[in-house]
Amino acid sequence: MTTDTLPASYLDDGLTLRSWLATTDHKRIAILYALAITAFFFVGGAAATIIRMELATPAGDLVSNDGYNKLFTAHGVIMVWLFLIPSIPSVLGNFLLPLMLGARDLAFPRLNLLSWYLYVAGGLITLEALLLGGVDTGWTFYTPYSTMFSNTYVVLTLVGVFVTGFSSILTGLNFIVTIHTLRAPAMGWFKLPLFAWAMYATSLILVLATPVLAITTLLVCAERLFQIGIFDPAFGGDPLLFQHLFWFYSHPAVYIMVLPAMGVVSEIIPCFARRPVFGYDSMAYAILAIASVGFLVWGHHMFVSGQSLAASMTFSLLSFIVAIPSAIKVFNWTATLYKGSIRLDAPMLYALGFVGLFTIGGLTGLFLASLALDVHLTDTYFVVAHFHYIMVGGTVMAYFGGLHFWWPKATGRMYPEVWARIAAVLVFVGFNLTFFPQFILGMEGMPRRYHAYPPQFQVLNLLSSAGAGVLAIGYLMPLVYFAWSLARGKAAGANPFGAKGLEWQARSPPPTHNFDAPPVVPAKVYDYHADEPEAEPVP
Amino acid sequence: MTAATLTDAPTEPGLDPDTGKLGMWVFLASEVLFFGGLFVAYLYGRTHFPAGWAEGSRHTDVLLGTVNTAVLLTSSAAVALAVACEEDARQRRWTARLLALTAALGVAFLVLKGLEWHAEWREHLVPGPAFALHVAGAQQFFALYFVMTGLHGVHMICGIAALGVLARGRSRERAWARARQLEAAALYWHFVDVVWIFLYPLLYLVDRHG
Repeated sequence: MTTDTLPASYLDDGLTLRSWLATTDHKRIAILYALAITAFFFVGGAAATIIRMELATPAGDLVSNDGYNKLFTAHGVIMVWLFLIPSIPSVLGNFLLPLMLGARDLAFPRLNLLSWYLYVAGGLITLEALLLGGVDTGWTFYTPYSTMFSNTYVVLTLVGVFVTGFSSILTGLNFIVTIHTLRAPAMGWFKLPLFAWAMYATSLILVLATPVLAITTLLVCAERLFQIGIFDPAFGGDPLLFQHLFWFYSHPAVYIMVLPAMGVVSEIIPCFARRPVFGYDSMAYAILAIASVGFLVWGHHMFVSGQSLAASMTFSLLSFIVAIPSAIKVFNWTATLYKGSIRLDAPMLYALGFVGLFTIGGLTGLFLASLALDVHLTDTYFVVAHFHYIMVGGTVMAYFGGLHFWWPKATGRMYPEVWARIAAVLVFVGFNLTFFPQFILGMEGMPRRYHAYPPQFQVLNLLSSAGAGVLAIGYLMPLVYFAWSLARGKAAGANPFGAKGLEWQARSPPPTHNFDAPPVVPAKVYDYHADEPEAEPVP
Repeated sequence: MTAATLTDAPTEPGLDPDTGKLGMWVFLASEVLFFGGLFVAYLYGRTHFPAGWAEGSRHTDVLLGTVNTAVLLTSSAAVALAVACEEDARQRRWTARLLALTAALGVAFLVLKGLEWHAEWREHLVPGPAFALHVAGAQQFFALYFVMTGLHGVHMICGIAALGVLARGRSRERAWARARQLEAAALYWHFVDVVWIFLYPLLYLVDRHG
């Protein structure tokens, strides 16, 4: 069969706007997500840019106090709920999961489209709140400030978050059912790619944690509108109840962000090291362990809230326990490289960057899980640096790595390798320059969420702002060369990297029904060998 | 889910996994956590304000609450019978009628609940400046009472709509109103019922003994 007689790829299967907006094809929905998420990423990034510009000098001279509060709230809300949480699951997961399982689509294709519309609706509501004047509570919406004192668009923003949450729940539900029921006949659980394992664990968290956020936002709205006295001490309520409910979602939300990133990295590293993943079973169990223990550590956000010492010690211990499966993963990725035939293509650069930055982010998390040290570090820039190492150094690095790795599969075109490597290095350097100084600032006691600071902190802040500039260039470059490659990029074959996942058995870009012939599930997962040719010749 | 989804399902020929049922179970797990947040808030309030909780609970209408519990349990029995009838070709003529009965009992529940809310509104039991009870915590109790029963009511409305549509589709022999869809809808209805089985003692029966 020649290429001319094959059915059109998913990109050519209908060219009208309607064929996109009413599609139930998981690949097209992934593209819709990618476009929406990219837009929100740059809106959130713009807020961060103004924040870093303000902090370049000690005086609060660029924006007002209130303006600054609204900026970091906008940055947090948009980046957490409209970018990080949907990023890898909704874009890469949507596109890849059915392909990796050898399925034709997700279990509920129309529900998948509904998820996208809910995401967009929630995003637009949140954006509307920002345009009307913004919110100043921080992304954490702590009561009683959010229920009684804040004179900004708290309810509207929470409605946006609530709606977006249902998009997450439905995506998680779809993935869980898909992985259970639609695996190719020979695809046993322990032949699943680790990306699919990560999607499974992430989906469990999406389904079980997000509803608690939903009910909490409802209660905050009710408190704010009717003063019913659940969270507000002025009416007999308890703000700590809010913190418990909020972090019961928001700590596992960290794993919603980072588990998919681990999945992406577990696909990239074996491919570019030409080695099977070291300790596949332990990798899968570690994913499940992180997801389940992650539900039991929320109290480490509340060490200075006045919760009992017994509770604090328990949460501290459990937080340390999360480090064990996380470390297993880091050691296994490193061991995968051993005696490998390593090629430093752009996806691999991002993946290796992820391993290093995630390690720093994870280890500094242990600082914060220690009771005494946390008292000193709470609400300082140390915390800001720590979670940016996990979320930006971890999730965003892996997301970009994944975008490059599967770009040829999604578009049928190669990205320009040299430019991509330059961008990857810029992102890595810019990221460290931005956030490493913040660890030191935090140790020295600079509190977060202020628009002015004492002059002795200026050098480190200036370094951080300069780094943010480098980081911004690193993030903008892919936007340009990806667009360029759509028109001019070299045609990619079905499997330009010689990778072993089922998704590479489909054409690039795949047809709407995914596989022209039923995919062959290999006897072993990640069956890479150092001496085999890296890529099959491009036709 | 619906027939179109199932026929679209990308599987090997001959293999038709029941995705709808698993999907409903996963959704219900999510729902448990949704109501779970409210139960945590309830637990907090009841341990901190035992007197307020007792006082608030004494002002609920235990007669209407009990009647409603009976109505809802009967509706669950009806929907279980509907699923059983659908599986047996000889009894299939009862399915649509039993579904309609379930939905009707659901409507009856909501009507009674509405009467109850209305009486509570008149007695100034809705939290606010004119709240009638002056024991600490009683207002929180009623706040949670209205949020919990209100959200339960919203779930009832969704369930009634789903069962109503299925009853209509089943009586017209529509392809999308088959055993699998019935079973998923029945699961949802049982869940809404189970939530009420927890709400009833927690809201109506605090300190009612003796």
